[in-house]
Amino acid sequence: MTSPLTRVRRPFASAEQEAAGDPTPTAWISLLVRRPLWRSVVLVLLLILIPLVITGATFTTIAVYCLMYMGIATAWNSFSGFSGYVSLGHAVFFGVGAYTMALLSTHWNMSGGLSMFALLPLAGVIAALIAIPYGYVALRTRRHTFVVITIAFFFIFQLLAFNLSFTGGSAGVVLPNGQFSAADYNDPFYYACLVVLVLTVAVAAGIRRSRFGLQLFAIRDDEDRARSLGVKVNRVKITSFAVSAVPVAMMGAVWAFFIGQIYPQFAFNPALDVTIALMAFIGGFGTIIGPLLGALVLEALQRYLNLYLANADLYLVIYGLLFLVVISFLPEGILPSIAGRLRQRRLRSQNSTTVSTQESR
Amino acid sequence: MNLIEIGLIDGVLTGAVYALMAAGLTLIFGVLDMINIAQGIFVILGSYLSLILEQHLGIGLLPGLAITIPVMFLLGVFVEWAFIRRIGAENRVTMSILITYAVMIVVEGVLLLTYGSNYQSLSASYVTNSFDLLGHYIPEIYVYGFILSVAAVVVLYAILYRTRLGTSLRASMDNAMAASLVGVNVKRVSTLAFGIGVAVTAIGGMLFGAIQPFTPNTGYDLISRLLSIVVLGGLGSVGGALGGAMVMLIIEDVVSTVWSPTWAPLLYFAVLIVVLLVKPTGIFGRQAVRSQ
Repeated sequence: MTSPLTRVRRPFASAEQEAAGDPTPTAWISLLVRRPLWRSVVLVLLLILIPLVITGATFTTIAVYCLMYMGIATAWNSFSGFSGYVSLGHAVFFGVGAYTMALLSTHWNMSGGLSMFALLPLAGVIAALIAIPYGYVALRTRRHTFVVITIAFFFIFQLLAFNLSFTGGSAGVVLPNGQFSAADYNDPFYYACLVVLVLTVAVAAGIRRSRFGLQLFAIRDDEDRARSLGVKVNRVKITSFAVSAVPVAMMGAVWAFFIGQIYPQFAFNPALDVTIALMAFIGGFGTIIGPLLGALVLEALQRYLNLYLANADLYLVIYGLLFLVVISFLPEGILPSIAGRLRQRRLRSQNSTTVSTQESR
Repeated sequence: MNLIEIGLIDGVLTGAVYALMAAGLTLIFGVLDMINIAQGIFVILGSYLSLILEQHLGIGLLPGLAITIPVMFLLGVFVEWAFIRRIGAENRVTMSILITYAVMIVVEGVLLLTYGSNYQSLSASYVTNSFDLLGHYIPEIYVYGFILSVAAVVVLYAILYRTRLGTSLRASMDNAMAASLVGVNVKRVSTLAFGIGVAVTAIGGMLFGAIQPFTPNTGYDLISRLLSIVVLGGLGSVGGALGGAMVMLIIEDVVSTVWSPTWAPLLYFAVLIVVLLVKPTGIFGRQAVRSQ
């Protein structure tokens, strides 16, 4: 595996390739490929255009969920992937965001419409405020114990949602109607998710390049050594935990508004925790592009499988088996394994051509 | 009898069943350095196997164990051989969780496809009977469950401390690298440990199914409790799992009889968090079990 501090290798037009005299693509494509910022801008523009071009409700619903999970997986990865602390409790923040949206909008008698999205930052702030004490307690433990304690926190929050008087208990909360036109009802949610996603990716990429990110990677590689080198490990871990909670809560808030009525067992959903870990794994831990691709592939696959099979139990079996097969053949995750094999093949073909040039040197 | 005493008795009796299931989980952790998320669904699978034997073949719950224990053992060996063995040192925590989670949803899906999500329960004369202890009715199965679990734990201890395999197992738990250096076949021991850890769920499942109704979804609830027990006792410590199970179940049963069943699970998790705040390695945990 690559060291965590190396940047992700660009898939096309690498220096070796150009040196080897590969045919370069047309100028503007290579510009896109070589400038990550340009690439992102074009990608975002494409994402903005998608709902204008494809308007089927099934498609846009799936698109909303894809963006939602891409954001959540990126946020999760910016903590767990970077620091090595595997959190199975991020669904807490999703639920906190959903309940913030539901309870505040009904409390203030909001009438739906775009103004509802003004609650998103508030949901993020509340989640971060919860994440600080939560992280302070949980991050005293490591590895497996940390995993279990995040699970314990998750069940505490689910129980609270079921049993506290102000949450509406198992009857759930009905949110104000969206008041959007039926023809493009999904579009506001799509763009809300897109905005949160872009911010999340920007923050995650920023962290990855920053001193703060380096400190996180140092903790992942060897926490005791990082501490002895002067990294304020507790502060760094808790800050990262709280930062990663914000987008998850915002997506939870969008989700609550999107589906219109929330119940404790779906707002605080134990499967969400494992799903996002799975997405990040499939794409590649600790990278930026990994969770994005993993979430996109997996969420689309899940939604289509669910629609196509129309049998939740059969779907569970197929989904689980599929994953077991994938892990048996591609133990590093789909994308890293494929990338690794491609790189190997390229190196091999380069070696066979460079042997002669080296001899002539 | 007052409520606290009733809670105490129920807690001790059911605690033994949880202790057995948790002992399997902590054994797997100790040897393989992984959490088996599927332990909960394996218990439920054990319950369903007992149900199948009883309903279709007319084999009683206790004699049925002669079939279900080897079946669960072989299932464990297969899962370890097919999937767990592929997990490397890198990302081990995440990988083991994801793989055992996948195993869990496959088993859950199969059970849902065959039995649906209706509640099932195991029945026998000793399940429905109960006897009077100073005015408090205790179901007989609680007592049988307690005796059976204690017997199984004793057998487990005998394997761990009186056999050659047990010595290898404990050596691998202490330090896998050193064990392999002195000639322990750690791969084989890992497979056997996983098999034994899963085999105990056959007994645990039979008792669990006799104590309370179950559906395939009960596995989620169960695994969160088992993990809490194991972490409370200290990961990798079989004695800790037994102690942790007793502490947790007594707390839960006393709270639910004295105060309210609604808030009992909350207290259960709160105790775990408070204990870990004071002692991050759990009550009986060894210092820094395989730090990173």
